[in-house]
Amino acid sequence: MITEVRKVRLDLHSQDQLSIARRTVQEWATDLGFGSLERTKLVTAASEIGRNTLVHGKGGDMTIAELSRDGVAGLALEFQDSGPGIADIAQAMTDGFTTAKSMGLGLGGAKRLVNEFAVQSEPGRGTRVNLIQWKRR
Amino acid sequence: MDRIPILKLQDYLLVTIQVELHDQLAITLQDDLTRQLSVSHARGVLIDISALEIVDSFIGRTLAHIAAMARIMDAHTVIVGMRPAVAITLVELGMSLTGIKTALNVDKGMDLLLALNTQAGHP
Repeated sequence: MITEVRKVRLDLHSQDQLSIARRTVQEWATDLGFGSLERTKLVTAASEIGRNTLVHGKGGDMTIAELSRDGVAGLALEFQDSGPGIADIAQAMTDGFTTAKSMGLGLGGAKRLVNEFAVQSEPGRGTRVNLIQWKRR
Repeated sequence: MDRIPILKLQDYLLVTIQVELHDQLAITLQDDLTRQLSVSHARGVLIDISALEIVDSFIGRTLAHIAAMARIMDAHTVIVGMRPAVAITLVELGMSLTGIKTALNVDKGMDLLLALNTQAGHP
């Protein structure tokens, strides 16, 4: 059974707010005793997806939740924007696909860094990305 | 505006990133370094990232840009002090940082820069 221990919602409308979001993920992961590799991967994934929310989604928010599944701690992040959305999620997940002259590693790369990853989007209806990192026993 | 200090030591530019490198700060560093390279005629750039908790694709790309621009301006770039967790994460993210030279610490990075310039015939 998964229970939610605590939850906070943070705005993502500026670089400063993205920094705060990154730092919050870092702090919560440190508090939960995540190992340095799983913490670094989670914060990096949050940075990639948070930047997408800011740049492609024209801003939105991030909700961070501490989870407990049979005594194992985890962190769940949800990024939500009301931007233009993604027409072809499979294509957007492909390494090298980019609409912003970047390297196109954001979505697909972030997926590889966390335990669970899901994208929901429709053109004109924004994008929601959910990811979870469980603490290794 | 925030900026990261660039120190000139003989023929080299030294940068130690001690703060969280947000996107604008990274771009400012890239611009400042390019300008410093043209005024100082430095032969190499040493960037210490040991304090960086994460290097995401944007920061990685900016570091690669810095190295590429420095190369065009006849200088080598060595990145030192990357944390093991950061290195593993970069590889899983799909960033290989091709063209960037790395060393474990400042000492080894400096040795590498000196060696690269000796090879190139600059004592």
